[in-house]
Amino acid sequence: MTIKTVLEAVHDAMQEEMRRDETVFVMGEDIGARGGVFLATEGFLQEFGENRVIDTPLAESSIAGVALGAAMHGMRPIAEIEFGDFIWPTINQIVGEAAKVRYGTKGKLNAPMVLRAPHGGGVRGALYHSQSVEAFFAHTPGLKVVTPSTPYDAKGLLKSAIRDDDPVIFLEHKRTYRLVRGEVPDDEYTLPIGKADLKREGSDVTIITYGLMLHHCLEAAETVEMDDIDVEVLDLRTVRPLDTDAILATTRKTGKVLIVHEDNKALGIGAEVSAIISENAFEYLDGPVARLAGPEIPAMPFAPPLEDMYMIDSEKIANSIRQLAEY
Amino acid sequence: MKIELPQVGESVTEGIIGKWLVAVGDKVEKYDPIVEVVTDKVAMELPSPVSGTLREIIALEGETIPMGGIIADIESENEEATPTNAKENQPDLEAHSKPGKEIGTTGILLKDVAPVGPTGSGGIIDSTSSQGDRDIRSRIIYSPAVMRLAEIHDVNLEMVTGTGRNGRVTKKDLQNFIDSEKTPVDSKNVDRDDKKSANTDSVPTENTYPNVLGNNEEKITLSPVRKIIASNMVKSATLIPQAWSLVEVDVNGLVELRNKVKDDFQKREKVNLTYLPFVLKAVSESLKEIPLLNSSWNEDSIILKHQINLGIAVAAPDGLVVPVIENADALSISGLAHKLDDLTTRAREGKLTVSDVQSGTFTVNNTGALGSIASQPLVNYPQAGIITTEAIVKRPVVVNDAIAIRSIMNICLSFDHRIIDGEQASGFNRSVKDRLESINLNTQIY
Repeated sequence: MTIKTVLEAVHDAMQEEMRRDETVFVMGEDIGARGGVFLATEGFLQEFGENRVIDTPLAESSIAGVALGAAMHGMRPIAEIEFGDFIWPTINQIVGEAAKVRYGTKGKLNAPMVLRAPHGGGVRGALYHSQSVEAFFAHTPGLKVVTPSTPYDAKGLLKSAIRDDDPVIFLEHKRTYRLVRGEVPDDEYTLPIGKADLKREGSDVTIITYGLMLHHCLEAAETVEMDDIDVEVLDLRTVRPLDTDAILATTRKTGKVLIVHEDNKALGIGAEVSAIISENAFEYLDGPVARLAGPEIPAMPFAPPLEDMYMIDSEKIANSIRQLAEY
Repeated sequence: MKIELPQVGESVTEGIIGKWLVAVGDKVEKYDPIVEVVTDKVAMELPSPVSGTLREIIALEGETIPMGGIIADIESENEEATPTNAKENQPDLEAHSKPGKEIGTTGILLKDVAPVGPTGSGGIIDSTSSQGDRDIRSRIIYSPAVMRLAEIHDVNLEMVTGTGRNGRVTKKDLQNFIDSEKTPVDSKNVDRDDKKSANTDSVPTENTYPNVLGNNEEKITLSPVRKIIASNMVKSATLIPQAWSLVEVDVNGLVELRNKVKDDFQKREKVNLTYLPFVLKAVSESLKEIPLLNSSWNEDSIILKHQINLGIAVAAPDGLVVPVIENADALSISGLAHKLDDLTTRAREGKLTVSDVQSGTFTVNNTGALGSIASQPLVNYPQAGIITTEAIVKRPVVVNDAIAIRSIMNICLSFDHRIIDGEQASGFNRSVKDRLESINLNTQIY
């Protein structure tokens, strides 16, 4: 085991997969000579050369389109969108095309591509460097959407995403890049997409979350230990497909569920998780399924105090846990 | 006409239904008392708002009903008899009586659950229903998890004490209840002596006291007043960290004064002049001197009360009541005596109204009337202090280096130690003591 950051885990996963499989290549803005704006592809150009490490023009639609075309012809591209905030021009290529390739060709073709993007707020990035984009893609059948929270999960899941035979949207939270460190096995391993992970066991209240928020949730769970509230924390890790079995198992165990995400609440991942619970575990509920999520504001505010207000933190989570536990 | 439990005081949110004074089918006149209602402040008889015939009793004796809740149906003389089911307007009560089937599906009842809990980072709880509505719903709607468990273990949910919001029964409450029920059942066949010794290391609580009565035991059902006294005492004992202090007061001058004037006073004023008005006067003056004693703890602050409203503990037939003399500091000894006479008489006759018992800021308890010479009272929540006046007894004491026989009275102060340190408490006791000891034949009582 070695202690790594999420960024190092992402870097290592791509490097190992490119060494293992010649059809894997990376493309995106600034990823070659610059090594990526966050240095996720540092040294790649030197090791793999410019045919497998492609600096692209500032044109996200073409990044996604080129990757899709290559994928349909036997390559395994990893396309990077420099910031999730600029992922919108890819919607036509990804939602409109990539998601439908296998279905539309009766399985004759498939698109084994990964679209990586750093996303999320809490980094003083304001309107155009803070957005949460998962819900838009998670709505689409034919896509997988992965949102890891730890270095271990990021590496294992990214390797699985690269080896997956269908398109995977891989969303890395910017704030976890250097903030979150954790042990990563030195040996080769992968983690299954679509499997949630119980990050903390408890009996009174369940929190279901993913991405950066996992860490605030774990912090809050420790805080409310003093109030004699025993919190279980389920990390979804993948928001499409959702791990229904894990969601229902923890609901049946505690009877009280709080869903936490940074993305705004309306029609977000929490809405789907909540619906799954009430459809399948109604008899086990001991309180309303609660959601703590970002406010319904068009974008991350620029002023630091307003950004702090926008972001969910462990204090807000602890308060919500107490309310639900008390109910 | 549906009869609602009226709002009887600003801080009162619910009442316990006492005895019904009329039966279904009885004719009632407007203003006739129809039912006894006990709130956490006072017991009272509820007058009928209309003349007519009692059609249905909806709230049964012992039930807790929020203010505004429907308690009866009276066919008023002007009203056509309509065969409506009064309970239709209370889906919650309906649900309560049939736990299980009806509520087991989604839909209506879920929608009725007041939205609570974390609803976003703004934390806004959107609810159009009144607080009263919410109280009654949360009181009697059980969560699916609780109903499922209750069915599996065959538990009557009314037996389970809820610790959730507004007394809701949580899954944990029910699990604890099921666990605690198991113990006495399992040990039923165990020899009585064995059971006793087995129980010595576990602390018995209200909920775990075995349901089985011994040969020489009798179960007394709690009256509504007893329930309220019990809950107030638990509040005081659990929510207020209290300390206690006693001082000895030489009341020789007070005794002399009273002996001299009491007969004339009785003749002229038609009320008894006891020692208590003198104590009330001294206490209200001392509260002016040390205002911190006249306050309430408020988690992150202290609420100082500028009005001095003295609660007087009175033993009424049903149990303790505490009527209040508002602005006690503005009254003379005579004025206090009149006020006291009025309140204690009405308290013993059960005729106090809610306004008589609310807004107390400090409490005086004349335990000496019962012969006690020292007591440790519980503070009357949410006040900051309570003082007792103990029996006046003649004792040999040292005065000017000589032994003298003097009338001595103890006063005992319990206080909220979060608000008041020993220094203020002792200062307060000393202040009351000085005032009582300075009373002599020249002291004015008008």
